[in-house]
Amino acid sequence: MSGPALNGIEGVVIGASAGGVQALSELLPAFPQGTAAAIFVVLHLPRDRPSLLTEVFSRKCALEVREAQDKEPVTPGTVYLAPSNYHLLVDEGPQLALSADELVHHSRPSIDVLFESAADVYRNHLLGVLLTGANEDGAEGLAAVHDAGGITVVQEPQTAQVSTMVRCAMQLRTPDLVLPLDGIAELFRAVGRDAALRTGGPLG
Amino acid sequence: MDAQVESPETAQSRKFEIEFHLLIEAIYYLYHYDFRGYAAASLRRRVKTAMVRFGCQTLSQLQDRVMHEPAIFPVLLDHLTVQVSEMFRDPSYFRSLRDRVVPIFKTYPSLKIWVAGCSAGEEAYSLAILLREEGLLPRTLIYATDINPHTLQRAEAGVYPIDRIAGFTINHRDSGATSSLSDYYTAAYGRAIFDKSLRDHIVFSDHSLATDSVFAEVQLVSCRNVLIYFNRALQDRALRLFHESLCRNGFLGIGSKESLRFSSHDEAFHPFAREDRIYQKASAT
Repeated sequence: MSGPALNGIEGVVIGASAGGVQALSELLPAFPQGTAAAIFVVLHLPRDRPSLLTEVFSRKCALEVREAQDKEPVTPGTVYLAPSNYHLLVDEGPQLALSADELVHHSRPSIDVLFESAADVYRNHLLGVLLTGANEDGAEGLAAVHDAGGITVVQEPQTAQVSTMVRCAMQLRTPDLVLPLDGIAELFRAVGRDAALRTGGPLG
Repeated sequence: MDAQVESPETAQSRKFEIEFHLLIEAIYYLYHYDFRGYAAASLRRRVKTAMVRFGCQTLSQLQDRVMHEPAIFPVLLDHLTVQVSEMFRDPSYFRSLRDRVVPIFKTYPSLKIWVAGCSAGEEAYSLAILLREEGLLPRTLIYATDINPHTLQRAEAGVYPIDRIAGFTINHRDSGATSSLSDYYTAAYGRAIFDKSLRDHIVFSDHSLATDSVFAEVQLVSCRNVLIYFNRALQDRALRLFHESLCRNGFLGIGSKESLRFSSHDEAFHPFAREDRIYQKASAT
């Protein structure tokens, strides 16, 4: 595997569309308490429905789960969900940024927008993960993560509820890892563990 | 410095950052549009889409064209400022204005409202319709400002593609409407043209939150999804302008995911309808 070791990871970006709620319910709880990386999630959702996902995932996760707010400084070990009808970006600082710019691949939030902005900020300290989904959002974003020297992971297409999104990404760049959900969960545990070792345990 | 061991990707991105900075400076010096205080992440993305649009391989190429082909600047400006809004976006914001702010406005002899960053005018027309429904429009003047003259022209025309009207209509209904949106526009040739009688109460004007100052005293500033494009320093500048423009106990409405929490003006405004991001100017102490 090219790129940095897992213990250099400071940011994890995750993108999912159709079938994403289920996949994220399995994956997000895998981050152990003391994970030093910040986690950013874009999940495509029907735009007119207020999202209850923050609550849903909060109950399952060891880490704090929050809906991203504009200009909020990034706190390590926090899971940030993109609010519906806004793009989520990572800006210098790092801090969170939202935008109401036009839809990208018919989506707002868009996975590409998150991944590209995070790649600009975290460079090779970024882990990009693309999951189940029915459109092509995320492919260019994951390529940007790769090009910045980050680690790229896609869900194994056969195990994805809908495989269009990961297949599009795989056509654009060869990912560092192609894994089923339990493999990705194992990876997230490793990211959390390594970070905990590095910082001497849970963040104080 | 570890310049020697820098990867090609890192070198590339460092060059992009330098070119990005130079382009923004060039635009400021040549055209007096000040993007220096814009949040970098969104602006960087907009600049990248502009590079594709103009077929430029590097930002230096784009800068060269911006410097020497004045005709392309308005097109670039559209790229850098384009915002997609809706009429009655976030209907509960308008419902809150209607239920909680309008009763106070009804006690005033006249009303002035500032829609800052009005883009293509959706918000200004929405407010005009709401105030018409509440019987306040005849004594209201709405200032709708933006930095992009092309966008202002579109806003002034009040013409929207007909396929957007269905969404506008749902939003309008959910805002607690007492009339039908179709009362306010005429549909023709795939477009909806909004009524001139609304426009009579709106003044569209060029104004920059980055470089211009206060121009009127108003009872409400509605500035939604504009501050997210600014860095904190520019956000603070804009909020100071709003504070100075507002009358005693005047109202400020911001976007549903915007917050004053990270600005230095947190104390200058009280939450009035917290969920809908409506604030009231704090009395001077």
